[in-house]
Amino acid sequence: MSETRSYYGRPVLKEPVWKDEIALYFFTGGLGGASSVLSLVARATGHELLAQRSIQIASAADAVSPPLLIADLGRPERFLNMLRVFKVTSPMSVGSWILAYTSAASSVSAFLNTIGRLPRVAELTRLAAAGSGAPLAIYTSTLISNTAIPVWHEARRELPFLFGSSAAASAGAAAVIAVPPAEAGPARRLAVGGVLAENVLFKLMERRLGMVGEPYSKGQAGTYKKLAVGCTLGGAALLAGPGRRSRLAAVAGGALTLAGEVALRFSVFKAGFQSARDPKYTVEPQRARLSAQPADPRSRTRPVSGDGSM
Amino acid sequence: MLDSYGSDAKERVGFFTDTSICIGCKACEVACKEWNLVPEDGLVWTGESYDNTSALGANTWRHVAFVEQKEPARLEGDQPDALRWLMSSDVCKHCTHAACLDVCPTGALFRTEYGTVVVQEDVCNGCGYCVPACPFGVIDRRHLPRSPADPPAEILGLQLGKREDGRAWKCTLCYDRLKGGHEPACAKACPTESIQFGPLDELRERAGKRLEKLEAENWNGARLYGNDPDDGVGGFGAFFLLLDEPEVYGLPPDPVVTTAHLPQMWKTAAVATGALVLGVVASFLGGPR
Amino acid sequence: MGSNMAENHPVGFQWVLEARERGAHVIHVDPRFTRTSAMATKWVGIRAGSDIAFLGGIVNYILEHDLYFEEYVEHYTNASVVITEEFVDTEDLDGFFSGWDPEQGEYDTTTWQYQGMAVHGTGGDTEAGFDTSGEQAGHGGHGGGLEHGEPPEEDKTLQHPRCVFQLLKRHYRRYTPEFVAETCGCSVEDFLHVAKALTASSGREKTSAFCYAVGWTQHTVGVQYIRTAAIIQQLLGNMGRPGGGIVALRGHASIQGSTDIPTLYNILPGYLPMPHAEFYGGLDNFIEANTAPTGFWGHFDAYWVSLMKAYFGENATEDNEWLFRKLPRVDDDNSVYQTTLDMIDGKVKGYIVAGENPAVGNSHAKLHRLALAKLDWLVVRDLVEIESAAFWYDSPEIESGELKTEEIPTEIFFMPAAAHTEKDGSFTNTQRLLQWHWQATEPRHDSRSELWFYFHLGRLLKQRLADSEATRDELVKALRWEYPTHSQIQEPDAEAVLAEISGWEIATGAFIDGYTKLKPDGSTVCGCWIYSGVYKDGVNQAARRKPHWEQSYVAPEWAWAWPANRRMLYNRASADHDGKPWSERKQFVWWDADDAKWTGLDVPDFEVDKPPSYVPPEGAKAEDAIAGDHPFIMQADGRSWLFVPQGLEDGPLPTHYEPQESPFDNPLYGQRANPRRQQFKRPENPYNPVGGEQGSEVFPYVATTYRLTEHHTAGGMSRFVPYLSELQPAMFCEVSPELAAEAGLVHGGWATIYSSRSAIEARVLVTDRIPPIEVQGRTTHQVGLPYHWGTRGLTTGGSANDLSSLALDPNVHIQEVKAFSVGIKPGRRPRGKALTEFVEELRNRAR
Repeated sequence: MSETRSYYGRPVLKEPVWKDEIALYFFTGGLGGASSVLSLVARATGHELLAQRSIQIASAADAVSPPLLIADLGRPERFLNMLRVFKVTSPMSVGSWILAYTSAASSVSAFLNTIGRLPRVAELTRLAAAGSGAPLAIYTSTLISNTAIPVWHEARRELPFLFGSSAAASAGAAAVIAVPPAEAGPARRLAVGGVLAENVLFKLMERRLGMVGEPYSKGQAGTYKKLAVGCTLGGAALLAGPGRRSRLAAVAGGALTLAGEVALRFSVFKAGFQSARDPKYTVEPQRARLSAQPADPRSRTRPVSGDGSM
Repeated sequence: MLDSYGSDAKERVGFFTDTSICIGCKACEVACKEWNLVPEDGLVWTGESYDNTSALGANTWRHVAFVEQKEPARLEGDQPDALRWLMSSDVCKHCTHAACLDVCPTGALFRTEYGTVVVQEDVCNGCGYCVPACPFGVIDRRHLPRSPADPPAEILGLQLGKREDGRAWKCTLCYDRLKGGHEPACAKACPTESIQFGPLDELRERAGKRLEKLEAENWNGARLYGNDPDDGVGGFGAFFLLLDEPEVYGLPPDPVVTTAHLPQMWKTAAVATGALVLGVVASFLGGPR
Repeated sequence: MGSNMAENHPVGFQWVLEARERGAHVIHVDPRFTRTSAMATKWVGIRAGSDIAFLGGIVNYILEHDLYFEEYVEHYTNASVVITEEFVDTEDLDGFFSGWDPEQGEYDTTTWQYQGMAVHGTGGDTEAGFDTSGEQAGHGGHGGGLEHGEPPEEDKTLQHPRCVFQLLKRHYRRYTPEFVAETCGCSVEDFLHVAKALTASSGREKTSAFCYAVGWTQHTVGVQYIRTAAIIQQLLGNMGRPGGGIVALRGHASIQGSTDIPTLYNILPGYLPMPHAEFYGGLDNFIEANTAPTGFWGHFDAYWVSLMKAYFGENATEDNEWLFRKLPRVDDDNSVYQTTLDMIDGKVKGYIVAGENPAVGNSHAKLHRLALAKLDWLVVRDLVEIESAAFWYDSPEIESGELKTEEIPTEIFFMPAAAHTEKDGSFTNTQRLLQWHWQATEPRHDSRSELWFYFHLGRLLKQRLADSEATRDELVKALRWEYPTHSQIQEPDAEAVLAEISGWEIATGAFIDGYTKLKPDGSTVCGCWIYSGVYKDGVNQAARRKPHWEQSYVAPEWAWAWPANRRMLYNRASADHDGKPWSERKQFVWWDADDAKWTGLDVPDFEVDKPPSYVPPEGAKAEDAIAGDHPFIMQADGRSWLFVPQGLEDGPLPTHYEPQESPFDNPLYGQRANPRRQQFKRPENPYNPVGGEQGSEVFPYVATTYRLTEHHTAGGMSRFVPYLSELQPAMFCEVSPELAAEAGLVHGGWATIYSSRSAIEARVLVTDRIPPIEVQGRTTHQVGLPYHWGTRGLTTGGSANDLSSLALDPNVHIQEVKAFSVGIKPGRRPRGKALTEFVEELRNRAR
């Protein structure tokens, strides 16, 4: 196959303008959203301490998320314009509303839970937080899939599950740090399960992406991915092993897992930049798609050859 | 597309850029900047033929590409030492299905009564989502820092140096000029009428005839790009006659608006959401407390 | 040829593309493949400086294959005229024409004349022992002043061995396609392609046009380049016909205007000559010497007197010979390059530089910067502080130490200028079209228009000299200097000036409608006879803007062309000698027998009621001496001149000569370059060794300078503007991959380009568009150099004109910057003192 043609090797797409805060937000959004869900199920199954810690973790994560996003805006003072409209064609619009509700609900619930007042309100808001928290943990994958960036767009079937697993693992790992090992069983299982799922999903995603998935083996995305794999598996091992009995091992395992989740988010984030930068990721699949179609007389695509033959 | 405008809707207008008569003068780049007070975009010599502008962006809304090839301009007879120089003025495509508009969370990007896509600069908060959404890499966030002591943004833009403005900017198809009954600045300035402005239907018809003429004259590689309403963005509001494959000019060969797959993506998200909840529930089943 | 129309006349070029769309061949012959070549149907690459060989080859092709337009050539050219038997061609004198005086270094043109007569200069004898044949000797249609309009000896069968036609054949016989290929570096096929296309597109039904610019004029044989094209166009019958002619693409929005209402030292408005010191005791002598016995120059006196009335009003009377004896006289060559050398020699006290940037734009720019530093005072009027105003603290010479700020005596006044949007005025473009423009905004701060500056300067000078008794102040005191002014800054009314240029009848105040109404008796005022009529009926004709879709394609109601709103000169040639159009397709102007007058799509360039059958009677004068079938009315014999007996310094026929500096010797003759070219052999102006001379290998490549669309001339109007500077933000050179490999240059890297004059640096653009060529059996490389850059502005860089020398065309003193020799090496140039040392070392090596 002939070499991909380009305009002086320049990108076709624009790299995102987002800075590292956004990658962090993927993490905090996932952590916050999944922690609300964890808190609800914990409460429903009588794991009171786990439920309380989780909602507190959710509220903390949800409190950090908006400032991260606002700081990344070109015009931070206009952040309220995010709530001017509600557009289903814009995952960012939908997500802004989800984040608004979730952080309101989780902060109220956590606050009331902590001071032990207005229990009904506390439970309702916890339910609300969990209800919008689940989508909160997932929607950022839709957000990045819904761009022209090949490594994101072509992974649109895998990324929601990848982000979901990562969110679950983050919530589990954070909760494990926050409660004694005796109480942390479900959180531990959630963390380990999440880690295993995400590592499998990552592999599946890369395999399906083929050439388009190349950024995951190079540059910053590649480095972060290695870090993510090492930390999450290492952390999960600690959690599944000594973490069951030793608080220290649990904390270490939890922290390592969390670090791995952050690295995972950064890997996906940076991959998008690399994917935009090299024109071949955009051009080759499109050119292949066109070649596979019968020639459409309306667009009259004609091959050019130097010897004048058509 | 313009139903919500009711009686205010106008005939859809756009550009047909016929690169077979582009002389690479860059009057379009300058006229656009002069009219729209777009800032200077960097004094960088690239050595990429005569193109020192390189790409569209927040501070470049018309970009003339130059490609030198050892190819004949017309396919007739034996031309062993043939040279040709492709020149093409790129611009925002004002897509029928515009990804930038679809993803904009503030509603800053909107469809005008002329069928064009415009950013409201008093609404845009610079979230940047439109930037990676565009399949052509057109729109971008502007870099010009502001401080209270600075003169107004328009004047600031004309001074040197890279500073933050923070908002997304792109071609407006000279919305203000359209309202005044004028053609866009680039079309007006183009001396050879390579940039043609008018009702989109008319332009598409004209382009079809133009292609027929060029084919009859054995032009090498002539083709239309973006004229087909059934393409991945529903047809471009600003389409082209090119003389080689789009990627040679830095354009995507078969762009598709990301929103086309969004229904599928929301479904997947819903399933993943369910899976997350089930996963959490599952971790409470069995096993020790 | 000799031009890059798409890049430098992009708006005008749209019409070339319209023609291409209708099937016209557009051929571009040029050393580089430019944006014009990209739009052409054929590009032929040639060596810079070899155009006469190429064009002469076409002349030879036409004559060898009998492809000339017989009827046209027979009736309308001087093909049949017999030349004096003393004439000897370059073929017999190894590169010289007869009449060469090696001591004077010039030609005595007596042996070039028509058999049986002495030919007058049209504008009279302007030569006087020193070289003042000056810038405009050739402008405005000079020709011989024949005694009675018809040459004494002709051979209508074109067989006489000394008839022009046969002389032409013989002169160009050696310009075969093979000779062209070897000399120009193109292929025989490509040359023949052009010759065939051109001849096939000429004749009754079709015409072809040449477009040229400074790619032709900026050579030591520049005028002869254009002459060769003129010969072709005459042979093919393309002159004075729609779609034909030779279009001079001028380099600047109003440079045509700047020679019409001149900023040149030796001519007055309308190409009237400035009187010279040695002649003309009185006005009568002057008038006689400048009045051609035949043709419209026969009314020289009317144009002259009307101009004097415009200058001096009531102070110029018949009694005082319209102040003729008070007028200053030209006594020297005051053209720019000579003046610059005079500055170096300390002979010039003060200088006004207005809308020019000689420190970057003139050839041997370094010399100009050194020269400016010798003045007592300098006034620079410009939009920005250009290099010519800042040389005293910012220039390569300050960097090298050749100039030290504290030692420069020059007092510099920088007067900010208003831009064209800040004043009313006109542009006169390449088509002789005067187009009015209106002020859009007031000038800011101290910026002022030219009109304001010179009007108030004159007003203040008159004020200061009002009580002077000195003789030399009389003329200033006599100047008629009342013009209405407006606005807070007292801007003179530009339309009032236009009205004066157009002229009126003094007694009645009635506006003149054309130069034929001017009188030599002091009853008319006219500031420029060729512009007379631009204010016809008191209406600013130049301001008319009827769009082309509301009138014929000639569009006579858009603006106003000089003279007399005539859009095509010599358009009587679009009809045959009976006055019928050559074809229906190409009809333009014709004789209407019923109305007994010339009519058509344009103002006829002929006396409107002179029938085609008119034969001048014995003793006829002025235009009466021109026959009814001779369209070229400004020539003394009413014909176009294939062979030029009078008016040119360097030959009646163009000949291939090598440029002042080139890697080659002349393949035709021992005489290498134009013997009459103007050289300045001074230490400040060293020439590179050339051809086979020792040391020429130090400068082995052919350099050519040019413009880019994105910048304007010497950069004053573009390098200070962000939107233009970002389009071409660095000085660069264009070289082929082969030259890059040979010289070790890297694309995107730096190169140092050098000559005997200086060295500059530039970024390297390696491109296939300036390919190596085979000339005289060896590979030749060319280096392309845009000349816009200087030390100031948003984008700065080396000035290409630092490399070129002073070597000028002898007819019009235009510098040869389109072909000279250079060397090139990778890397940035030496800085400071090391630069001068480097250049010195090169000169030593080249000795």
